[in-house]
Amino acid sequence: MTSSATTQTIDPLPLAGARQEALREVWGQTLVELAADYPDLVVLDGDLANSTRADIFAAAVPDRFFEMGIAEQNMVGVAAGMATLGFVPWLSTFAAFMANRALDQVRIVVAQPHLNVKMCGGYTGILTGKTGKTHQSVEDIAIFRAMPGVATIAPADAVELRSAMRAMMETPGPMYLRVTRDPSPTIFPEEYEFRIGPGVLLRDGGDVGLVGTGVQTTRVLEAADLLASEGIAASVLHLPTLKPIDAGAIVALAERTGRIVTAEDHSIIGGLGSAVAEVLGEQRPTPMRRVGLRDVYGESAPNEYLIEAYGLSAGHVARAAREVIERA
Amino acid sequence: MAPGGAPLPGGYNGATMPLGPAKAATGMKEHVAMTVDAASERANQAQSRPSLDELRRTSAEARKLIVQAIHHAGAGHLGGPMSAADLLVALYFDRMRIDPARPDWPGRDRFILSKGHSSIALYTVLAMRGYFPTEELMTFDAAHSRLQGHPDMHALPGLEMSTGSLGQGLSPGAGMALGAKVRGDAFHTWVMLGDGEIQEGQIWEAAFMAARYGLDNLTAILDYNGLPQFGWPQRGGFTREIPIDDPGGKFRAFGWNVLECDGHDHASIREALDAAQAFTGQPTCVVAHTVKGKGVSYMEGDFNWHAKVPSDEQLASALSELDDQIAAIGEEAAA
Ligand SMILES: Cc1ncc(C[n+]2csc(CCOP(=O)(O)OP(=O)(O)O)c2C)c(N)n1
Ligand SMILES: [Mg+2]
Repeated sequence: MTSSATTQTIDPLPLAGARQEALREVWGQTLVELAADYPDLVVLDGDLANSTRADIFAAAVPDRFFEMGIAEQNMVGVAAGMATLGFVPWLSTFAAFMANRALDQVRIVVAQPHLNVKMCGGYTGILTGKTGKTHQSVEDIAIFRAMPGVATIAPADAVELRSAMRAMMETPGPMYLRVTRDPSPTIFPEEYEFRIGPGVLLRDGGDVGLVGTGVQTTRVLEAADLLASEGIAASVLHLPTLKPIDAGAIVALAERTGRIVTAEDHSIIGGLGSAVAEVLGEQRPTPMRRVGLRDVYGESAPNEYLIEAYGLSAGHVARAAREVIERA
Repeated sequence: MAPGGAPLPGGYNGATMPLGPAKAATGMKEHVAMTVDAASERANQAQSRPSLDELRRTSAEARKLIVQAIHHAGAGHLGGPMSAADLLVALYFDRMRIDPARPDWPGRDRFILSKGHSSIALYTVLAMRGYFPTEELMTFDAAHSRLQGHPDMHALPGLEMSTGSLGQGLSPGAGMALGAKVRGDAFHTWVMLGDGEIQEGQIWEAAFMAARYGLDNLTAILDYNGLPQFGWPQRGGFTREIPIDDPGGKFRAFGWNVLECDGHDHASIREALDAAQAFTGQPTCVVAHTVKGKGVSYMEGDFNWHAKVPSDEQLASALSELDDQIAAIGEEAAA
């Protein structure tokens, strides 16, 4: 899967005073909106609806909500069976279970037959509400990205999530969607339209190219502000689609800046950092640093602690940028 | 006439199944393609079902093709396909409402071979039933063949789901049955399971959920041949028997209707499949008592024939045994 994407350029809304919205709530609400336009949309839940906020859908569209109980493997199979009839199942569970618990089922009855199932992972990354490593998800991008034909999408905010879900509904095929738990700043203007594949250039600067995905992009923008205050001009490229990846945008960014830093709420092995390194390694070798979890699992703790301790903060991203500038 | 214009072989007995699409419960768009028009339905019912002898003959012919295809491919499974042959013939020639000329007809009954390693048996029955030429069976497992080692739902017409990793077929079957209920579609979904396969936990997730939703339009057929691939250790060696004890009791405990049949006796199979489809309120599991490797004496009940390729001599002796069985079918009828 490669992208013949045209990178978009968008001016993000200022982080200071930004609207804070929880993506999981937007996910539940957007399913209700989509159900009105798409009669074949159904939601299957693994007994987590009041966490993932599929309960918003269950309350509004009860006859298209199907509880599957705590049985994720069966849920994936049921979704595949319904997809053969033309239904478009959206799955509600945690990313950790979507990617790991039902992995062989995803492989055999969704990915290999390329069925139109929208696999949603709630509570992605390590900011999962003090649940600890069992419920955190640091390898889901690596897993889904490795599956032939499975689009892998991680929106940065509420506006992009809403638009991404519509694009996913309009485009047949198996897809994985990352949905975070806690409120995060809205950076996209209302009129922004997500497209599957293209990256989004949020800021232009010639000294270093910062690349983010998902909600981590908001912390990357914060890092760019920090660097600007030190006189370092950073570009910020947001990659909401991990696969198909916008290789053109990555190469162009490397050409413009000569130094790349990636940042993700995920392991640096197999995720965004790997995806960018794969593109650059083959097409334009460029000094880079990867920010994210360094081959470790997380722990239960408050978000502020986790962001700092596991290297996700704007400060960590800015430090990596300074390093790559000094050493390259 | 079948909805596709081609006559069905009398496989559909309208009396056992509620017809006429029930009103869609959800206000979803009407699926008119599923509507069976009354005239074609009367024609189906008037048509007689194949005789038991015809089914026996078809089963023996299927076994010959299965052994030949595995011999030709030099790879593949034999024990499971041979034990499943009568059940598959009964489904495709006697019970299921299908139209080989229109494999995508939305109103067709669905079949999933969850024990996907028995693919050659399904391919053989599909070919004999007219989905594709029987000559193509000899491409089994070859490069570019539509007959993949395990069923690939997009490779060949008539395949409803990709399988091969055991334990996964009942869930999509439940999804199809649930989807049919949601839309008020009248088709029935059949899933064949292996007795070793049902050691997989996902089977019981699916069993629980199918009963919870009252999916009486779903039937699981258990190929209860008593042998998995290798077996379980016991004091003094390995037992090559019964990977899972009392499967009927287990399905019953999960809320299923359970029927038993002799999986090599077409009268017994017909009775069970008809009753399974007619049953309302719960899904049905048909525990079909079978013999692994059935039809070829040196394969029967021997776990070594799970996935073994016959030599030229073994092939010749298998074919001559099966020819004898075919000849005997006529004699039985005459007697
Ligand atoms: C998940 C999984 N584990 C293991 C296998 C390998 N395997 C193929 S067939 C088989 C034995 C199946 O036994 P059973 O279900 O009784 O089938 P049958 O006797 O009808 O051949 C095994 C272990 C597999 N295909 N899938
Ligand atoms: Mg067996």
